Amino acid sequence: MSLEYTSSEMMSVTAARALENGMTCFVGIGLPSEAANLARLTHAPDVVLIYESGTLQTKPDILPLSIGDGELCESALTTVAVPEMFRYWLQGGKVDVGFLGTAQIDRFANLNTTLIGDYKAPKVRLPGGGGAPEIATNAGEVFITLKHSKRAFVKDVDFVTTLGFGRDGKGRDNVPNIGKGPTRVITDLCVMKPDPDSKELVVVSLHPGVSREDVIDATGWEIRFTEQLESTPEPSENELTILRELKARTERAHADA
Amino acid sequence: MAEFLSLHDAVARYVQDGATVAMEGFTHLIPFAAGHEVIRQKKRDLTLIRMTPDIIYDQMIGAGCAKKVIFSWGGNPGVGSLHRLRDAVEKGWPRKIEILEHSHAAMACAFEAGAAGLPLAVFRGYIGSELPSVNDQIKFIECPFTGERLAAVPSVRPDVSIIHAQRADRQGNVLVEGIVGVQKEAVLAAKHSIVTVEEIVDDLNAHPNACVIPGWAISAIAVAEKGALPSYTHGYYGRSNRFYKEWDAIARDRDSFTQWLDDNVYSAGENS
Repeated sequence: MSLEYTSSEMMSVTAARALENGMTCFVGIGLPSEAANLARLTHAPDVVLIYESGTLQTKPDILPLSIGDGELCESALTTVAVPEMFRYWLQGGKVDVGFLGTAQIDRFANLNTTLIGDYKAPKVRLPGGGGAPEIATNAGEVFITLKHSKRAFVKDVDFVTTLGFGRDGKGRDNVPNIGKGPTRVITDLCVMKPDPDSKELVVVSLHPGVSREDVIDATGWEIRFTEQLESTPEPSENELTILRELKARTERAHADA
Repeated sequence: MAEFLSLHDAVARYVQDGATVAMEGFTHLIPFAAGHEVIRQKKRDLTLIRMTPDIIYDQMIGAGCAKKVIFSWGGNPGVGSLHRLRDAVEKGWPRKIEILEHSHAAMACAFEAGAAGLPLAVFRGYIGSELPSVNDQIKFIECPFTGERLAAVPSVRPDVSIIHAQRADRQGNVLVEGIVGVQKEAVLAAKHSIVTVEEIVDDLNAHPNACVIPGWAISAIAVAEKGALPSYTHGYYGRSNRFYKEWDAIARDRDSFTQWLDDNVYSAGENS
């Protein structure tokens, strides 16, 4: 019997599975936070979640709306000042994975959260870099999760807020003390990984029911597929139940506040 | 020694037109009451520094207080855009503003360097980012010991920093609890500082390693009950996520924003 689930749930479960138990993860707000907490509540109870507000090893019962919700502090092992968070814990090399979302991503996994259009005359002004520029270079590796669309997946981002592999794919070459960079991108259609040589993103796994054409149509460059293309495993009943409970708890809590 | 002043008098004395002002609080303890007092006193041409401008600077920008904003993440957390910030940047309403944007790591380090009395902050950052191409305050230097290329930004040295905290004792010593952000750094980096507090108590009851800012390092203390709403004060009241969501519709439109400002800031008294 096949379970019923949405493409968003498929994305969250797949993103959650990317985190291994015991990893230390610097968590971005939104989809990464949902995935990271789902991981903690399912297969990775000892994953260490860190948010840039200074909350170390936090175990929120509901998903935070902001990066500094009280829930994160109350459920944390300890809370440190923001300079300490970025200097000691992130720059100091204590973070295995940075888990990020983005508005725009290009074929070399560069992220744009600054603006659409020209910097001097933006068509759309986005929030800006936040923690991402240094999370992406100081964490051991980077996971990225976002919904798949032609607007989001562009050949070249309008602005490189945060380094993937640079505009030519060589942005990390010969740079000392830098992390591996993006190692996987999880969307509601598929999973992508950078080609080991060119660093261009390549689809390695299609979610159940998704065709190559679906991905091609939602990607702004000529996306390539790996030869051993896999089918992403479906969510389990347990994962879906825990995800839905987490989201329901969150909605109730935010409606009351 | 910190002087106990009304919020009105503290802002009138320390926030001058044209000043560089940092109002900090990382999602938590955002000094909204003080921001509203700055708006009511029609301060102009301010350079506003904050890692996350949040709704507080959206309101101050929309009210015409700012000529320049220095920030690292300018959104409404979990909701979307800061529409007043965007309107000012994109359309110049109510006036054109200049922006200077950084990353969080850069700003956190810049506040810390300011507190440490240094002219600059050095850190491993901005690698491969195009932010240095649009912000001339981001430079790179070579480590004299290893040769590594490191990012450098000027330290933050505001004319006045304003923060909100749980409580002060009668000597003006302040206890900050929960997510402490860069508030201590902001106070120590500034020429003058105003701390608004929920209450004045006889004894702070602080643990040995608690975040306590001595009264002699603060210019003025003003009581502002619920002074961080719609953000929150750990141990006192929660964040009004509902207001943060409602703000999206209020701020999207110039008329509804102006009406909100009239009703909730200009017509309201101190501590609104």
